Order: sequence, then C-alpha cells, then structure tokens
Amino acid sequence: MTTQSLTRPPLVTLSGALPWVIATLFLLAMPQIFTSNSALTIMNQMAITIVFALAYNMLLGQGGMLSFGHAVYMGMGGFMCVHVMNYVEDYSLPIPLPVLPVFGGLFGMGVALIVGSFSTRKAGTVFAMISLGVGELIAACSVIVVAFFGGEEGVSGDRTYGLPVFGTEFLHQIEIYYLTVFWLVLSALLMYLFSRTPIGRMANAVRDNPERAEFLGYSARWVRFYSFVASGFFAGIAGGLFAINYEILTEENLNLATSGSILLVTFLGGVGFFFGPIIGAIVFTLLQTVLSLQTEIWQLYLGILFLATVMYFPGGLAGVLMMHALPIRLGKAGLLVVPYLRTLLPAALCILGLAGALEILFHIRHAALGDSEMTLFWVTFDSHAPLPLIAAIVAVAVGFWLARRSAPELAEAWHKANTPDGGAA
Amino acid sequence: MTATSAPRPPALEISGLQKSFGKAQIIRGVDLSIGAGERHAIIGPNGAGKSTLFNLITGRFPPSAGAVRLHGQEINGRAPFQINRMGLSRSFQITNIFPRMTVFENVRCSLLWSQGYRYSFWNMVNRSRDLTAGADEILEQINLTARRDLPAGVLSYAEQRALEIGITIAGGANVIMLDEPTAGMSHSETDYIVDLIRKVTENKTLIMVEHDMGVVFGLADRISVLVYGEIIATGHPEEVRSNPKVQEAYLGAALEAEH
Repeated sequence: MTTQSLTRPPLVTLSGALPWVIATLFLLAMPQIFTSNSALTIMNQMAITIVFALAYNMLLGQGGMLSFGHAVYMGMGGFMCVHVMNYVEDYSLPIPLPVLPVFGGLFGMGVALIVGSFSTRKAGTVFAMISLGVGELIAACSVIVVAFFGGEEGVSGDRTYGLPVFGTEFLHQIEIYYLTVFWLVLSALLMYLFSRTPIGRMANAVRDNPERAEFLGYSARWVRFYSFVASGFFAGIAGGLFAINYEILTEENLNLATSGSILLVTFLGGVGFFFGPIIGAIVFTLLQTVLSLQTEIWQLYLGILFLATVMYFPGGLAGVLMMHALPIRLGKAGLLVVPYLRTLLPAALCILGLAGALEILFHIRHAALGDSEMTLFWVTFDSHAPLPLIAAIVAVAVGFWLARRSAPELAEAWHKANTPDGGAA
Repeated sequence: MTATSAPRPPALEISGLQKSFGKAQIIRGVDLSIGAGERHAIIGPNGAGKSTLFNLITGRFPPSAGAVRLHGQEINGRAPFQINRMGLSRSFQITNIFPRMTVFENVRCSLLWSQGYRYSFWNMVNRSRDLTAGADEILEQINLTARRDLPAGVLSYAEQRALEIGITIAGGANVIMLDEPTAGMSHSETDYIVDLIRKVTENKTLIMVEHDMGVVFGLADRISVLVYGEIIATGHPEEVRSNPKVQEAYLGAALEAEH
C-alpha cells in the first residue's frame, strides 16, 4: 500500500548482523576445539534443545502462554521424520537428509494448527490445562496407535539411505553436527525475525494486556493462535533434528516429563530475552551430560538451581547477565569485581560444602553394603568416617559466614555501579 | 447500504439499550444520537452506569436489549476488535497500556492494524517508515517524545494518561471515547490534558465520561445526564445547566458552587 522509500532502514545492519555472524563462526569452529565424538554428541544435543527452547519461548516469553505439553509438537515432528526416513529407505525416494526437518516442522505445525484452534481461545490457566490434557492424550496414544508411534519400543530409522549431498552420506558424527548447526542458525534467525514482525510485536502486546490489544483492532485469540502455530513449526524442526541425530523416537519424546523439562530449560535461561533459552539449553545440557557422569543426584542440584532461579532471579540467567548492562554502559563494572570475588568465592565454598555433605550422606545410604570408600573432589576417603562430613559442614558454615559478611559491601558496590556520576542522588 | 439521498447517519446512535447483571438492571433503556464531529459528554452521579454504557458501546459486554449503530451500521454483539476496525476507539478509566513495552512501541502497536499490517509475519516493523514516522508524530502530539524509549510502566501518572489518549487516537478512529480522562489529576495536569484532547480530537466525534464539571462545560458541545441507568436530559451545556430535573438529581450543588 505504501511506496518504498529511499530512506527506508536497511534490512541488514552491521550491529544487527554481528552477533549472528560471531555465533555462526563460533559454532563452525567448535568441532576444532572439542574434537571427541562425545563432545559432538553433547553439542548436537545442545543445538536441538536450543531450537526447542526458543520455539517454546515464542509461547512462554513472547506470547505469555504457559504450556505443559509442548513436547507433543517436537515429538510428533520427530516421529514424522523417522517415518519419512523409512519411506526414503523403502521406496528409494530422492529426498536428501538435510531437508528432513522441514517435514518435522510442517507436521508439528499441522498438529499445532488443530490443537491451537481450541487451546488458544484463552491464555492463562485454561490454556495451561488444555496443554496438559493434550500432552497426556498424545502420550497415551503413543501406546495405542502403534502404527505411528511404534508402541513401547518406538520407531527407528536409518539416516544413511537419503540422497547423498555433496558426496556425504552422513555416516560421520561431524557431518550431522554441521547439518544440525545449519538448522539451528536458520531456525533461530527466523524466530528472531518473527519477533520483529507485526504479529510478533502484537504477541508481546497480547501477553501484557490482551484486553487493550482487542481495542486496537487485534483479536487476542488470533494473535495467540499464530504464535502457537509458528512455535509448533519450530518445535517440529527440533523434533526432525532429534530424529536425524538419534534415529529413534519413543514415547519419552512427547511425554509430560519432556514437556516439563523444556519449561525448566527456558525459565532457567530467562524468558524475558530472546537469547535466554539459548543459555538455558546450554547450561541444562551440560548439567544433564557432564554433571550426570559425576554424580547420581544431579537432578537434585538441577531442582535446587531451578528453585533458586524462580525465587531469586525470575529473569533467569539472561536476566542476571543483563542486570550488568547498566554498570557496563556507565563504565563502572570494574567496581564490582572485588566485591563479587569476596562474596561469590565464599558462597561457592558454601555450596560445594553442601554438595559434599549431600554426596556423603547419599553414599552412606545408597552404596552397596560394605562399600564405604568414595571419591569426591579428587579425594578418596571413607564415607562412614565422621571427619569428611564434619569438614563439609565446616566448609558450609565458614563459606556462609564469609559470604554474609561481605554481602553489604557488594550491595553498596552494586548501588554505586548503577548510579551515574553526578546523577540524581 | 443506505441510499445516497438519505441524510448522513449520526456517528453513533443508541436506541432502547438495556443491560442487566443478574437481577440488577444497570442500563434501563438509553436512547442517544450523537452527530459526526460533535463533542459529547456523559455525566452523572457515581453508579449511574456511565462506564457500563461505555462498555456496551465498545463491545466489552453484550447488551441485554436494544441496538447501537456506528455510522448507521449495527455494532451491538460484535467483539471489541471488530468495532475498533470500524472506526471506534476508546480509552479506559484505569490506565490500560502495555507497561513492559516502550512508549514508542505502545503507540506503534496501535498503528499496526489501521496501517494494514494485520497479522503479517513477512514485514519487519522497524523497516516501515510509515509506522515509525506515524508513531513519532503521535508522540509529538502528546508531548512524550522525550520519553520515547522508556518502558511505559515507569512514566508518571499524567504521562501514562497522555499515552492512553495517544494509543486511543493513533489508529485513526473517527469516533473517540474517553472514560474519565482527567481522573486523579491535579489542576495543571487537567488543563494540559484538556488542551491535548481538544487538539487530538479535532474533526472527530468525541464521547467522554467525565466528573470534572469545568472540563465538561469547557469542552462539550452537548451533554447527557445519566441517572440510574436512564438519560434524564440531553442538550447544550446551558440547557442542561438550567434544567430543573438535572439540578434536582445531580448538578445543584456543583452549579451553585460555580456561580
């Protein structure tokens, strides 16, 4: 309706493109730094979780819709992809592997189209309850509709039957990594751009004040519906990537536990910023893969971390990072370094002491009878002896006391760092 | 549609409008016709049903009986967003903005539909010069240019009320309804808002609910007095002022104080 003007802002600006270019280069360089196969597996897992968490945040953060069943769209997309993979194998269809996630996306979108048509009528509790019900329903279907979901053992496929792309048949983990990274960057970019469109902006408006949005000519329900469908699409892409990586999907991929964990990932990272879920996915995957090798009670730590985030840092990790934007802009971030060290080092001692005590108690209760030797923080000792437990408790007490003592100093430094020079007192 | 020879229909026409909540009848048969370009004030004691009347007109509640016509087209029973698209926009008694978005974005959101963006997901909002220029122009009109990039939630009360008016007029609606635009304001703030309303509603139809009689008599071409869900008088300010029924029911004290 309007003619293009010469002074129209450019599509790509340097400051806008720079984070994306850096992130892409970083992702491409990662396999040079972490070369092992297990590292590649972890990075692939991270990339899939990032796409899923970003899709989930289109609902939670951007649209104000709390879903307890978003694994459905990822899972359905994933199942569809495994089936396509098998068709490719059975009928020698000329479909190259890299385009497979599109099928996942479209199928996830199709399911979201159906569910969204009735679930997005209201936000809040009604939406949350419907998402829970649909999640339970689909999870139950997975053992009933065996033709699609494959019953308890799930559906598996073989990715190497696709049309070779530039001579690769995706036999190596590294090729899968680059395929996954391609889809990660593309999906993240598209989701970011979605948030800058009229419908993306109105999703924020409906989240903040649905009634006012209605008096501006927008149906809150349609705005929610479009966000929901778009989110279903990208969740389906994540499902497709999962299918390509693991070549198997089971009920576990669409059940409530998976839906719950993506909520946790997204909230941990921070729903208020676009990049929040990315941080959440990275931290969560590291905890899940690295920490779970170290300790059996890693989920307990995850739970504590989640609780601490909800109670003390509702903005998530991204919120904590962005709190420092003002001190940095004022050039006063340096004021914080020493107080941070003085508070956070004792706090770390306290937390490690607490973890040590928990590990010792867990070992006493759950280790095989007669096995009283355990290794913690590179020290091997007898878990039934009183000394290690006492040491851990002392570490907790000393750390706590020291951290508390320097907390006022940190608060004061924080205040100073956030006050402009010569500004209002 | 209507024949070309017929006279232009009134901007807003209400006939036999009724609303009950359970057994309580709040609006008991309101008839009102407001011409295009008119500035019309609805006054009345607390609990008279002024806000309910507003909510019925704008589609927030469906009426129990009766009809509302906007430029001759029946709008009762339609959703607020449909009524808004037909050219009617309203503000709220309690400030109703998007507190977490910037002042600029608040206004830009209210421009989107009227500029034809609808549910578009292929346009970037910050690439549209029309949107940016349009929103900045509104900000200029409501004197909030200096606050452009602040979250709307941190503005002062008077500034939020100005923003509320800005959001209401931004979409280019030709019927503007303001629900107590000066509620809770100091004298100087009230003067400021009245000037603002006068400026931004030029050549538009204005319907407002207001308690401040200075504002009402200074701004309105015609006034309707609503008492217990019925309009007991409608007319020019002088007629209403001298109407004995009005004086008895409501205005007496206020008017004597003014004379």
